[in-house]
Amino acid sequence: MPFKRYVEVGRVALVNYGKDYGKLVVIVDVIDQNRALVDAPDMVRGQINFKRLTLTDIKIDIKRVPNKKTLIAALEAGDVKNKWENSSWGRKLIVQKKRASLNDFDRFKIMLAKIKKAGVVRQELAKLKKEAA
Amino acid sequence: MSYKFHQFQVVGRGLPTESDEHPKIYRMKLWATNEVRAKSKFWYFLRKLKKVKKSNGQMLAINEIFEKNPTTIKNYGIWLRYQSRTGYHNMYKEYRDTTLNGGIEQMYTEMASRHRVRHHCIQVIKTATIPAKLCKRESTKQFHNSKIKFPLVFKKVRLPTRKLKTTYKASRPNLFV
Repeated sequence: MPFKRYVEVGRVALVNYGKDYGKLVVIVDVIDQNRALVDAPDMVRGQINFKRLTLTDIKIDIKRVPNKKTLIAALEAGDVKNKWENSSWGRKLIVQKKRASLNDFDRFKIMLAKIKKAGVVRQELAKLKKEAA
Repeated sequence: MSYKFHQFQVVGRGLPTESDEHPKIYRMKLWATNEVRAKSKFWYFLRKLKKVKKSNGQMLAINEIFEKNPTTIKNYGIWLRYQSRTGYHNMYKEYRDTTLNGGIEQMYTEMASRHRVRHHCIQVIKTATIPAKLCKRESTKQFHNSKIKFPLVFKKVRLPTRKLKTTYKASRPNLFV
């Protein structure tokens, strides 16, 4: 199986370990075999080990080591935020975060909504069963 | 990024005597883990170069030197002299890093792993930031490519925090990228 996600200048990656866990960063340059120079709109440009990154499918068009303004403009042009939030991976992460931040009242509301949804599904199923019988 | 080795600028001179009212002042840039060690190293080197010891000398200044541009990647060339089991040798090594302290730390760990040389047997002669054209080692030159592109071949599955670590897993992890 060939590789589809490459480490290259402009690749968007997710930090999966450490202080910046959960952040989307852009690989801005490669230091050596194990480390990359990485940048994001809300952090100082710094080095990070590839072991702490998971590459995504998103890639933006930048030159090696752009300055912050150019990087933010390129992120806007590549529409990274929307692409990420509409991708299945991004949506799953958003749902996870939401679930983790629920309070008891929200969980109660969800319980009611789940019961309602299950009731509607069961009604439809009963109707179909009746027609098949 | 916390580095083990810090760079210090140490300035000292011999104590003034009746024959020599204004002795020459010497300045050295060296790497040590802390200030105390840096001062000790300074006297060690100065003793080898001039007829002065810590007991008849004075420390004038010791300042830590920080990296000016820690957000840009540079190629560092390090000239060093080290003691092996059979004698002293000189070496030139190249490293790619964002800061000089990082490059020096890479050097110390590499010398320890490749040549079994502990850090007290290594003397840094000179360091320099090398422009890409003058790099000598293939392992640094292979990253001088503005369109560098390579896949990450092996994905190590790791939990986001050490608290969630488990010895056993229900299913085999997927290692493909």
